[in-house]
Amino acid sequence: MKTRIFVTLKNGVLDPQGKAIHHAIEGLGFSGVHDVRAGRLIEIEHEPNLSTSDIEAMCTKLLANMVIENFEIEQA
Amino acid sequence: MRAAVIQFPGSNCDRDMAVAIRGITGAETTIVWHRAAELPDGLDLIAIPGGFSYGDYLRSGAMAARSPVMQAVVKAAAQGVPVLGVCNGFQILTEAGLLPGALMRNAGIRFVCRTVALTVENTQSAFTRGYADGEQVHIPVAHHDGNYFADSDTLDRLEGDGRVAFRYAESVNGSARNIAGVLNATGNVLGMMPHPERMIEPVHGGSDGRRLFEGLIRQIA
Repeated sequence: MKTRIFVTLKNGVLDPQGKAIHHAIEGLGFSGVHDVRAGRLIEIEHEPNLSTSDIEAMCTKLLANMVIENFEIEQA
Repeated sequence: MRAAVIQFPGSNCDRDMAVAIRGITGAETTIVWHRAAELPDGLDLIAIPGGFSYGDYLRSGAMAARSPVMQAVVKAAAQGVPVLGVCNGFQILTEAGLLPGALMRNAGIRFVCRTVALTVENTQSAFTRGYADGEQVHIPVAHHDGNYFADSDTLDRLEGDGRVAFRYAESVNGSARNIAGVLNATGNVLGMMPHPERMIEPVHGGSDGRRLFEGLIRQIA
């Protein structure tokens, strides 16, 4: 079984990487993009009986830094 | 006096740190590999050196903070042993929860490697008692992720409790309130991005980092 975990920066946390990507998009001539924020996708392959609370614990203990990041869990 | 320098895969300032501690404090200094479950007995100082532990995988310091030895470091810190984290060491201490906040990508995106001016903001801790309040010192930085972030309540608390040890006196990396180094609530854990161990004798271009280590001798004596 596969689960995808999206780790994103919290609102209000500045994202210099996203800003640089935004500049690069504009540099390529694309217009109409208002903002870019970069995050991280982590895919885990696991036993079907792994509990959601275990996955959440992995996120809060390691995969996301809760000072600056949020996470979302998407079961495939 | 006894000191330990923790070494992770990817640490690269471990030897410089050990040389500085040994040379300035005279401490018997051991390099401890990150897989160690226990630290040597009777330590007077634990140093977490700079580098790129685990290749900065996931987040800078994230993997190292979960290394077996860090549980022993957390325990020693709770018992009052001075813990100094420099650069990657600062990142590891925040990831391990020993210090508040997080170190994010530099606001200017680029790696910053130069000597910067710092203002000493706290002279009460073992690490900073060798400096004068408000004194300006020059110490090199070399980092990509040194942009200190914490929510405004945490920043207010840090400032109110005198836990900001050093502040950048110039624009360096976008750090909240120009914070370059912070102390824990009990003052025995210091994390800082600048490298005091790289500024300890005239041949380095200055010796402003020296007094940080000298302060530790006075603390222990």
